[in-house]
This record gives sequence, structure tokens and C-alpha cells, in this order.
Amino acid sequence: MSGSVLQVTDDTFEAEVLKSDLPVLVDFWASWCGPCRAIAPVVEELSEQYLGKVKVAKLNVDESPKTPGQYGIRAIPTLIMFKGGQVADQITGAVSKSHIEQALGKLL
Amino acid sequence: MSERDLVIIGGGPAGLTAGLYAARAKLDTLLLERLSPGGQVLNTHWVENWPGDVEGVSGFDLSDRFRDHALKFGLEIKSVEVSGLRMEGERKIVSTSEGEITAKAVILALGASPSKLGVPGEAEFAGRGVSYCGTCDGPFFRDKVVVAFGGGNTAAEEAHFLTRFAKKVYLVHRRDQLRACAVLCERVAADPKIEVLWSHAPLAIEGSALLGVEKVRLKDLKTGQEKEVACDGAFVFIGTTPNSACVAGAVDRDEQGFILTNQNLETSLPGVYAAGDCRSSLLKQIVVASGEGALAAYAAQRYLESL
Repeated sequence: MSGSVLQVTDDTFEAEVLKSDLPVLVDFWASWCGPCRAIAPVVEELSEQYLGKVKVAKLNVDESPKTPGQYGIRAIPTLIMFKGGQVADQITGAVSKSHIEQALGKLL
Repeated sequence: MSERDLVIIGGGPAGLTAGLYAARAKLDTLLLERLSPGGQVLNTHWVENWPGDVEGVSGFDLSDRFRDHALKFGLEIKSVEVSGLRMEGERKIVSTSEGEITAKAVILALGASPSKLGVPGEAEFAGRGVSYCGTCDGPFFRDKVVVAFGGGNTAAEEAHFLTRFAKKVYLVHRRDQLRACAVLCERVAADPKIEVLWSHAPLAIEGSALLGVEKVRLKDLKTGQEKEVACDGAFVFIGTTPNSACVAGAVDRDEQGFILTNQNLETSLPGVYAAGDCRSSLLKQIVVASGEGALAAYAAQRYLESL
């Protein structure tokens, strides 16, 4: 079911996210977080829907704590949209699909 | 456009139990959920008061069981977001992100979301020290100091949960006693890491762009004096706000937006029912939501038979 969602880690973050040609939506999540689980199918749908336009990635904050630390993340799920290696937008919490799509719309 | 017997909006304990009962009654039922099923139970680390689970059950497991139980009897679940409800004669038209769905009867099991404090700094530091879910964000506060706001069951439970990670938890409550049940009050009182600041109200959450939350400013409601508490996180557990915006104007609601019903859970629209945390009621609990889901499904069944 993970479709087109790319799993990134502290090691691959720079190459896959910061140096990506496409804008990137990164879902910072953990296995113990209920709202992360609630939002997961929405993130997967978006990865299919925006295929070729936005790269959709997930980063597990337990396995890769360095990157969330760098971005001051202290709540999950946090969705950060990166464009040209910079943070373009940030959403915290299990928001609706249309809310995320609005943010993606501004990015494209 | 095909017409369904029953459309249930929301996939928490109320919606999934309504779905279970409707599926067992062989009603042509569709449940709509904007995220994955589970509702606020997913934010609960450990449920201690679900009858029959003597040792308790994790929120994840319980929500999976609710979903699987309804699916077993053939409930259809669809992932869409609902934006509105209107009547065309007797028919109910539900507007969704993927078009309109027509139903003979509707159950609103919309759930609720944590209420905001409404003080300066809260929105600014959301996700950067301000949190509404201890289970989700507690692990970010290992050996830190956190402030929790509230005095009900959720506040008492979550303050206690946060002591697994934080070295100190201040529990700030407006009144001079908790509203939480006695077992939870005793647990808070016995916890050496929790200090309750009685009769205090929040004024502001303050911090910096670099570090996020650094302190909260409080007012002592008895003396009127202001004080600051240095902390790394501010957790808000002051009750819930119903997710009822999509039916505003369609059904009668109370001043806080909770949906008003009669004793059979029928709203101001005939054939439209409300169940669970979105309903105006005295107690918001999984067992109550679940019971209301069953009652709403049965009331809807009776309504369908009367058509």
C-alpha cells in the first residue's frame, strides 16, 4: 500500500529532499503516533495524485532523529513542504486532505 | 445517482458501532471517513475503562477491533471528506470531496477535536512546543519540563503519561479541584513528578524562533498575580470542540456547536441522527459514543421502516 511514497532517512534526506528537482512533501511520523496513522492513507493518495509534480516522502523520527531536530519538530505528524532545499510551508497535526492540497497548490 | 439507505459520517467509536449495527440489520450502509478509521481513540495510549478489557487495551488495538468488527458484517467504508448536508424533500444529500451522495437516513458521528486555549503564542508555537496530544508528542520532551493545561479526565491521564518522558509536569487548572474521576485524581496526587497549579489561568505562551516554547505566563485567579513558568512544552487538554462545521445551518446545534438531538438521537432534521462526541451530552467517552452509535443505527432502521 505504500505506493509512491518514498522512505527517507537522516542519511538520504539531503540527496532526496534538499537536492530534489521536484518540490517535496515530507511526512514526519512515528509508529506510536495515532494521528500519524490516521493521516497515512491521505499521504499515500497524495503521492499518487501528484506523481511527477511533487515528491512525497516519509521520515520516521525514531529511526532518523537528526533531521526532525534540525527543523525544530516537537509534534507529529508534521508535514513540511520543501522547494529548492528550503522550507516552503509546514502543517502540524492530522489535517484533512483538502487542507494539504491547498498548501501544495501554493507550492506548484 | 444511487440512493443509500444509510450514510454514516465519521469513523470513530460512534460511527463504527453504528456501522456494525446497521450492517447486521442488513441496511444498505456507507460510512464516510476523512482519515483512517479510529477517531480520537487513536490518540489514546491506553484505554482503561472499556468494559470487559480488564487489563486495558491500547487505543490502536481498540480502534482496529471496532473497524474489523464492522467490516466482518459487511460495512462499506469510503475515504472522503464531507463538506455539507442538505435535504431535498425526504432525501438527504451529503456533499463530499468526491461528489454528492444521496441517502434516506444519515448518522452524524463527526467526533470532536481538542479545544484551543486561545492565548497569544499558542498558534505561533503549535508543533514547536505546543501540543494537543501527549501520546504523540511526549517522546520529544524526554528530561524536559512541560506544562499541561486542564482538569478533566484527559488532562489527568495525559499529565500522568507525560511523566514517562518529562522530568517535571506542571498541571495548570482554573479551579481548586480536578473534574477527573477519582482514580485519576489519586494518580495525579501520588505522582512525584506532577505539580498542580490550582486556580491558575493561562495568559500567554512565549518562546523564540530558535527554541520554540520557553515559558508560559499564568494568572493566579485567587490573588490576581501574574507568574511565569519556564518550560519546554505546553500541552493543552481543556476539552473538545465538535467537528460539526460541515452541518452548521443544516441541523440545530448548541452554542458550542455540539449537535442537539432528542432521546432517540434524532436531530432537528427527520431521519438525521447524531452520536458520539459531536452530540450535545454530559459525558464524552468511548463507551458512550459506542452506545449512542448502536442507538442511532436502530433509530435510523426504525425510521427507514416507516418510510
